[in-house]
Amino acid sequence: MNIASSLTRHRWGPPVVGLGSAVFVLLAVEGLVRIGLINRFIVPLPSDVVGSFARVIVEEDVLHRFLLTAWECLAAGVLLTFFGVAIGALMHRLPLFRHACETWVAAFASAPLVLAYPLFLVLFGRSSLTIIMLAFLSGLPPVILKTLEGLMATRRVLINVGRSFKLTPSQQFWKILFPSALPTIFVGIRLGLIFALINVVGVEFLINFGGLGQLINELVERYDLPGVYAAICFVILVSVVFFATTERAERWLRSVG
Amino acid sequence: MAEIGRLTRVRQGRPWLTPVMLLRAVIVLVLLVVWQILAVSGWFYRGVVPSLPKIWEALLKLLSATDFYFHLGVTVEEIVIALSIGGVSGVIAGLVIGGHKFTAEAFEPYLHYLGPTPKIIFFPVMIMWFGVDSGSKIAMGALSCFFPIALNVAAGMRQIDRVLIKVGESFRANHWQMAMKIYLPAMRHPIINGLRLGLGVAMIGTLLAETKLSNRGIGFLVIQAYNNFDMPRLYAVLIALFVVAIGANAVVARFAAFDQIKQK
Repeated sequence: MNIASSLTRHRWGPPVVGLGSAVFVLLAVEGLVRIGLINRFIVPLPSDVVGSFARVIVEEDVLHRFLLTAWECLAAGVLLTFFGVAIGALMHRLPLFRHACETWVAAFASAPLVLAYPLFLVLFGRSSLTIIMLAFLSGLPPVILKTLEGLMATRRVLINVGRSFKLTPSQQFWKILFPSALPTIFVGIRLGLIFALINVVGVEFLINFGGLGQLINELVERYDLPGVYAAICFVILVSVVFFATTERAERWLRSVG
Repeated sequence: MAEIGRLTRVRQGRPWLTPVMLLRAVIVLVLLVVWQILAVSGWFYRGVVPSLPKIWEALLKLLSATDFYFHLGVTVEEIVIALSIGGVSGVIAGLVIGGHKFTAEAFEPYLHYLGPTPKIIFFPVMIMWFGVDSGSKIAMGALSCFFPIALNVAAGMRQIDRVLIKVGESFRANHWQMAMKIYLPAMRHPIINGLRLGLGVAMIGTLLAETKLSNRGIGFLVIQAYNNFDMPRLYAVLIALFVVAIGANAVVARFAAFDQIKQK
C-alpha cells in the first residue's frame, strides 16, 4: 500500500510503472512459454530474443542495412522537402491554382498510395529508386498542406511591414513569409519524414530489397524466430529514436520561432 | 423557413462553370493528353504505360466481372472486422489511459511512440499467430488502427468538461455507468475522428497484407495483375481501389463534420 501511494506521488512513479508493466508482461510470456502454455515455435522465449540481438547486429550486417534505410529516407526527405515546399509556395502565390488543387492534395493524402508498389516496381525496377519514389510521394501531401497553412497564417502586419519597405515579391517571400511559416512547414516536413520512414521500411519488407525491412523478410524465410523478433524490436527502436528526435527538433524550432 | 429561402437563393446564384472548375478541367485534360503521348511515344518499355482506351477497357471489364465484387467483399469484410476489433480495443485503451493522469503518464508514451512505427513488419508474426487466411489480414488491420484510435480517445478524455464528470460522480454512478452515460456520449466526436484516422490505416494494413500473402481480396488482385504483367488491369484495379478508399474516407469525414455541426 505504501509502495503504491509513493509511486503515485513520486514524479518517477508513472515511468517506473510503465516500464515495470512491460517487464512483467515479458516475464509472464517467458514463464508461459517455458511451461508450454504458449507454443515456442510461434512465440520464442523473450530471453532468446534478447540474446539474439548481438548475433543479428553482427552477422546480419545491421549497420550497413541501417545506413541504406537511412539513405533512402534522407533521399525521400530531401525530395519531399524541396517539391513539397515549392508546390505549397506556388499554391499560396496563385490563389486560383490553390482553390483548384487543395482538395485534390487532401484526397491524395488519404489514398493508400503504398499499394501501388507493384506499379512502381514495373516503372523503376526492384531498386532503391522504387522505395525512394514511393516514400517521396507518400510524404508529399502533408508538406504541401502544411507549407500552405503556414504561409496563409502569416500575420497581416508583417506583410504590410514588407510592403512599406517596398520589398520585391522574392524578398517578401524569403524575408517575411518563409521565416514566419517555418515552424508550421517543419511540422509538415516532420510528418512527411515519418510517412517516408514507414513507407521505406514497409516497401523494403514487401519487395525484399534494401535495408532493415529486407532483414526481417530474410530472417522469416530462414524461420529464425528469435532473430525475427529481435529485428522487429530493432526497427521499432530506430523508428522511436527517429520520431523522438524530429519531435524534439520541432519543439526547439517552435520555441525559437 | 426564411433560412431555407436564403440558402436556395445562394445556390441558384452560383454559376456552375467557375474559373476553379475550368482550371480543374484544364489540368485533368492536360494530364490525360500527356499520358496518351507517353503511351504512344515508345519511351517506356512496351505495356508499362498503356494507352487510355486500354485502361478504360480494362476498368470496364473489371467492374463488369462478378469476380471483382467477390474480392471487394472479402477486403471490405476484413477491414470492417479489423476496424471493429481495433476500434473497440482502441476505445477501451483510450478510456483507461486518458481517464487518469497517472495511467496517461505511465502508458501513453508507449502508444505515442509505437503509433508511427511501420506496422507491416509485424505481418510475419501475425501469420504465425493467426495463420495465412483472413485472420492475419484482420489482425494487421486491427493493429494498424488501434494506435490512432486509442491516442485520439485518450486525448479526447482529457478534454471532457469536468462539470459532466462531477455530475456523474454526484449521482454516484459506477464505472460502467460513468463510461456509458458520461464518457462515451461526451467523447463522440474524438471517437468518430479516431475511427476516421483508423479506417485509413486499417485499409492500408489489410490491403498490404493481402498483397504479401493471400489468394483473395483486392490486394491479391493488385499483385496478381503485377505477376501476370497485365498492366491495364493493374492500373484499373488501382484506380478502382483509390476511388473506393478516397470515397470511404470522404464519407466518414463528412459524417464527422456533420456530427461537429450538430454538436455546435
